[in-house]
Amino acid sequence: MSDDVRGVPDRVVDLFEGNDPLLIVGTMLGIYVLLTAAAVAVGFDLNGIVNTLRAATVFAAGYGMLVLALNLHWGYTGLFNIGVAGFMAVGTYVTAMLSAAPSSSPPGLGLPLPVAILGGMAAAAIVGLLTALPALRLRADYLAIVTVALSEMIRLFVKSRIAQEFTVAGVTLGTGGGRGINYPSPQTIVTGLLVKEPRSPGSEPTAFGEAVFGAAESVGISESVVSGLFYLVLLLVFTGAFYWLLVRIANSPFGRVLKAIREDELVASSLGKDTRLFKLKVFAVGCALMGLGGYLWIGRSGYVNDLSFRPNITFFVFIALIIGGAGSNTGSILGGMVFSALLFYFPQFVSQNLGGGSAPDSFAAALGSAGDLFAYAVANVSSLRFVAIGILLVYLMQNRPEGILGHRKEDAASVDLLERGSGRRPAADGGRPPDSGGESDE
Amino acid sequence: MGVAEQLSVGRKLVAERPGALVVGLVGVLLLVDLVRKLTTGALPSPRFASLLLDGLVIGLAYGLAGIGLSMTYSILNFANFAHGDTVTVGAFAGWSVAYVVGGLGTAGFGSLFLLSSDPGLSVANAPLVVLVGVVAAGVGTVVLSLALDRIVYRPMRDAGGISLLIASIGVALALRYLVAFVYGVGVKGITAASPKLALLSLDGAVGMGVLGPDQRVGELAGPSEVAYYVGLPFANRNVTEVLVGLTFHQIALALAAGGLMLGIHLLLQRTKLGKAMRAMADNKALARVTGIPTERIIRMTWVIGGGLTGVAGFLIVLERGTMSFSFGWILLLFIFAAVILGGIGSVYGAMVGGVVIGVVDSVSIIWLPSSLTTAAAFAILIVVLLLKPDGIFGGVTTA
Repeated sequence: MSDDVRGVPDRVVDLFEGNDPLLIVGTMLGIYVLLTAAAVAVGFDLNGIVNTLRAATVFAAGYGMLVLALNLHWGYTGLFNIGVAGFMAVGTYVTAMLSAAPSSSPPGLGLPLPVAILGGMAAAAIVGLLTALPALRLRADYLAIVTVALSEMIRLFVKSRIAQEFTVAGVTLGTGGGRGINYPSPQTIVTGLLVKEPRSPGSEPTAFGEAVFGAAESVGISESVVSGLFYLVLLLVFTGAFYWLLVRIANSPFGRVLKAIREDELVASSLGKDTRLFKLKVFAVGCALMGLGGYLWIGRSGYVNDLSFRPNITFFVFIALIIGGAGSNTGSILGGMVFSALLFYFPQFVSQNLGGGSAPDSFAAALGSAGDLFAYAVANVSSLRFVAIGILLVYLMQNRPEGILGHRKEDAASVDLLERGSGRRPAADGGRPPDSGGESDE
Repeated sequence: MGVAEQLSVGRKLVAERPGALVVGLVGVLLLVDLVRKLTTGALPSPRFASLLLDGLVIGLAYGLAGIGLSMTYSILNFANFAHGDTVTVGAFAGWSVAYVVGGLGTAGFGSLFLLSSDPGLSVANAPLVVLVGVVAAGVGTVVLSLALDRIVYRPMRDAGGISLLIASIGVALALRYLVAFVYGVGVKGITAASPKLALLSLDGAVGMGVLGPDQRVGELAGPSEVAYYVGLPFANRNVTEVLVGLTFHQIALALAAGGLMLGIHLLLQRTKLGKAMRAMADNKALARVTGIPTERIIRMTWVIGGGLTGVAGFLIVLERGTMSFSFGWILLLFIFAAVILGGIGSVYGAMVGGVVIGVVDSVSIIWLPSSLTTAAAFAILIVVLLLKPDGIFGGVTTA
């Protein structure tokens, strides 16, 4: 039976094989059709439909960024980092503290946003380096436990009284503790095109903004959805940039060493590669990307508190990567889309708009009839979807551990090893004296 | 050992293990500061004793919960991230049964089973019901563990530890939200207040006795109102207060945890099953060629480890009085800390590690703000993994 089940995704994959943009766009269109059907079914107007698709795409793009960053660690280098939430928290909070106005509570430095974002990325990279320096020599499962414990420590620190408001060298800063922190949201980067004062609500639109808002109004799309769409474009641009960066890294001599480390670190190091240095670098880069992704996506509303950075989010990103297939960038994007838009957002959307009404308020009451049980299940789908995701993860690990596109896992060598007719194991061949890129390896 | 020899050992330690030295220095520093605080009165000694006792009791529960994790980690070679949610399932199953048995007639079966009507149970007013609950929690998690092993882990016996770890993350997610689906996501108050064994100071006269759940120490007219009062020949400042107190729930937790740990120790040391388990933890292939029925031993590992885990979950809730669908998941890092601190595979290690983690979490409030005590416990975990990944009892497997 498993052959049949396995056959379906394989066949679908074959259809799109070799055409990654088509694969990504096709999957997203499929999700759009499903969501549009659901939105029409519950009687949304055009504004509502567009807003639904926008929200789902924001989820997909946000997860896409984070999954790509994790793919650099786990998919390419084999570093089992499950402290994603912690590195996102560092990036988001440092960006927030650097960019928040000095007059707000907790006060910030009021730096321009690009500077603040770079600062946040640098901070996440530094925390990543400090983690990696001692931790990278650990076994994979120990590294996992260290990183997840560290991410909880970061969250608890951010929440604590000490960090709530502190003074360094005469400058008062703070994370706001449990009350959270307000700062210029990433949306202000693009809404500056539309309104004159992006940081103050209800500001006058610019000439361009007036034209766009007017055009949208005429088809019944509200101003808030239009600003949301502009933010979405920003998010998509960054997701594209992440993808481009990952592909560049993966195809570089640097990336080939990473893949060699994943396959067999001993071989890589006995071929003269300082694997420790490579792992440190890649850990820092991945953490910086996680920090940036955290600010752009988790911090999208201009307010965060520590609850956004609980370990759950790490595991969601991780599961999305496993679904898509660790080691494949297109797989990462697909995994992010399938997990966030299809498994995470869609059930919640259905439950919020279709459920409610006469659903029983406890499980015992729901056992009365099949209809009651169904109504209860619909009303509590926010719990049930995680049961389904958990079961899916177990199923994948048993039957398709490589994920949807895991068969795309790239070899460590720069040439196709199968064509050479020998050595089916990339690891054994990964550090072969390279013909072109070898000299530029570090 | 001569002085020169000791010096050279010391020099070697500084050169080879600078991290251990720093940790040692920090430990000594904290100890000196603690003594200073105790002698100057900045930290009243009864408060310190209370913190220590609280940490000890909850640490015993971490240790008990850790034994199961330690056994699967050493015998099946994977870090089971679903362990915390096994704790949750055990607690929910045990308390559901306890509620039904203890509250039958006071409310409907459904609302009792879903823990939505509270029959007000405690060790003092319904010891037998609590005992039934403990057994039910153990049986529930044994059944769960065996089912999970059959469905999830057995088809993956040959997979690597990381694949199993990832699968266990899926199991954890499914279990946690299944509990949320059935029981709801709110925090539930479970137990009634229990009497307290207390060391009291009544107008300066020190004595021990049992305070009922409704008795406030400030409202007592005299020692005659305290049950089982025994005067002790100490003097105290002229105040009326509880110096150190242990609830009956804490005592029950400590006794049960201690007893079960002793039982596990005897099982592993004295029986053939224990010997087979230790053999498997050391070298699975060798164990198989020796004729040890490895599959049966693995099942027994789940039975023993799972049962202890459920009992631990039930007892932790008994002590805390509240639970929610994610409490075991939140405990998971503490349990990992206990197991790794003690050394994976070591039952004593889990015990000692649990107590250390519990005490650190509780006592570190002397130096840290309350929100960072948990971070201190996790810091211990990280430091141990970095400096001595084998743990305190490293090298001893399943003993």
